[in-house]
Amino acid sequence: MGLGNRRNFIKAGTALGTAAAVGPWFIKDLYAADTIRVGQLHSLTGTIAIAEAAIVEAEKMAIDEINAAGGVLGRQIESIVEDGASDWPTFAEKAKKLLIRDKVAAVFGCYTSASRKSVLPVFEQNNGLLYYPTYYEGQEQSKNVIYTAQEATQSVIAAIEWLAKSKGKTFFLVGSDYIYPRTCNKIAKPTIARVGGKTLGEEYAPLGHTEFSSIINKIKAAKPDCIYSTVVGGSNVAFFKQLVAAGLSGDKQTLLSTVVSENEIDGIGKENAAGYYACMGYFQSQKNPANEKFVKAIKAKYGQDRVVGDPMECGYTGVYFWKLACEKAKSFDVDKVVAASSDLALDAPEGKIKLHKSNHHTWKHARIGRARPDGQFDIVHESALIEPNPFPKL
Amino acid sequence: MTFDIAVMQIFNGISLFTILVLMALGLAIVFGLMGVINMAHGELMALGAYVTYMVAYVFERHLPSLMGVYIFFAIFLAFIVTFIFGWILERGFIRFLYHRPLDTLLATWGLSLVLQQSYRSIFGAQEVSVPMTKWLTGAWDVTENIQIPLNRLFIVGLTILVSFGVYYFLYRTRWGLRIRAVTQNRSMSGAAGINTNRVDALTFAVGSGLAGIAGAVFTMIGSTNPLTGQLYIVDSFIVVVFGGVASLLGTFVSGFAIAQAQTTLEFLLSGSMAKVAILLMVVVTLYFRPNGLFAARVRQ
Repeated sequence: MGLGNRRNFIKAGTALGTAAAVGPWFIKDLYAADTIRVGQLHSLTGTIAIAEAAIVEAEKMAIDEINAAGGVLGRQIESIVEDGASDWPTFAEKAKKLLIRDKVAAVFGCYTSASRKSVLPVFEQNNGLLYYPTYYEGQEQSKNVIYTAQEATQSVIAAIEWLAKSKGKTFFLVGSDYIYPRTCNKIAKPTIARVGGKTLGEEYAPLGHTEFSSIINKIKAAKPDCIYSTVVGGSNVAFFKQLVAAGLSGDKQTLLSTVVSENEIDGIGKENAAGYYACMGYFQSQKNPANEKFVKAIKAKYGQDRVVGDPMECGYTGVYFWKLACEKAKSFDVDKVVAASSDLALDAPEGKIKLHKSNHHTWKHARIGRARPDGQFDIVHESALIEPNPFPKL
Repeated sequence: MTFDIAVMQIFNGISLFTILVLMALGLAIVFGLMGVINMAHGELMALGAYVTYMVAYVFERHLPSLMGVYIFFAIFLAFIVTFIFGWILERGFIRFLYHRPLDTLLATWGLSLVLQQSYRSIFGAQEVSVPMTKWLTGAWDVTENIQIPLNRLFIVGLTILVSFGVYYFLYRTRWGLRIRAVTQNRSMSGAAGINTNRVDALTFAVGSGLAGIAGAVFTMIGSTNPLTGQLYIVDSFIVVVFGGVASLLGTFVSGFAIAQAQTTLEFLLSGSMAKVAILLMVVVTLYFRPNGLFAARVRQ
């Protein structure tokens, strides 16, 4: 068969043309053979970008470090960053794109519970793997998600016990009105009762609320030994500023928050936060070689005045957990990586931590820090490793 | 509730009243007198807040000895910047949309999104911290148990000043006279030789400038991030609509009513329930008085 036949000629021409057009793709795929793709799915625009932009940078740094050290199983990591735009359906769409079109081996992403809930079905249907870097309220466990931050019991119980022991036994609970604060307080109240304390009041302000004067008056009327705060976002800034203005600054009133990290203090204002306590898994001021290296690297890469908060560190360790699991499994296959993640230990900036045997959460230390006037925390208490328990009996 | 707490609650009510008035005054002027629904009003407040942040930044580094009075410069500059911005906005954008209320609504909402993302690109998505002037931090201890926050006292004073300023401007100056004339009858004012275009631009600019002042002051009690404006815009609208669209007096009365209701209910119920109760009150009132508490008699 030659090209004498006109129809065949056209066929051959089309084939050649197609081959030429596909050429660059083909080469890219060849190149891609020694890279492995992962996704980073966070909000770079919109409301939540306040919190997520820094996590993307921390994850990116972990990826760059791993690449510089030779990659995972001999392959360089190629990261695809997608913007969830603080919009939950967009998160689901982008997750689908990452899993189906880009065929990523793992995704590091999400910040709010709402975004995680919206991508969850996508990950379960397509058998993807998500590393979730934010402290959250628990009540969830998926075979396709690894939770690298503390769930509620890991911070709330430790915080309440410490407060009752060292500060006093009467408590006032203040939170923003949504699931995380309400769940935390649901855990806090029986804990307070168990340690022999008393809950004097429980108040919720609508999300975005900026007027806390009445709540502050209620606190003044109740005169609690400790305030436990789960106020979030812009409200937090207003709450702290108004507390200080009302004469309840950190040197006069004990207040502990499980949502204020170094990143939040930037916005609250160092002078307003000074003296208050926070309970986190990680503080920038921790002294160990892994952390010093981590903080130094962040500052070298993103600027000397950058601060590092708990979610950034959890994003960073998530990438390393994935690398270790892949190496242990000798595969990028999701099921094998998940199986290899059981009991996986890691020397993280926050210290030696490990993944749980079966519930996909992380064994962590709870640390309580007191904010200094320079925006960093003095660590005043450090617990032993606490077992994660996403479904506590209340 | 003890006497001390009652006193502080009353002060809270007054304080919230002045905050709401400061928020809503600019909007009331633009919305009421011009009929423009400016959804970007909150972002103009945020602009004022960011100007304050920049002034504080410059003072902190170059004039640390004057940090005590930077807030006055900041308020002044915030007014000037938002005033000019408002003027440009009216001339370049809003004036093409008069008599198309729905289009204005959409267009200014779009503008608010553009502004939010610009703040995010310029100042970053994180909150910025605006340092508080030293003599405005802390509280005035009236008695041992009654503390009045100084910054709120400052806001009360400033609101009184601004309100008198607005009153003087609208009712005692030539420009105010022109603005009122145009509000009442545009074509007749035009026929009488008033340059209605300039009056429009000025009115919008003044409204924007007031938003700037509000934004500058709110750095003391609230947060400053690209979405700050969104926190205030809903409350501002409720105050203006509840008070009656074309009535400044209505804005004051409704601000007072809402502030007292909110602080009292918040103390007796919870924050969320107080919000629900207030919205319910507004809805019911608007059902029976669709034009708000004080319906203005304006020739349409």
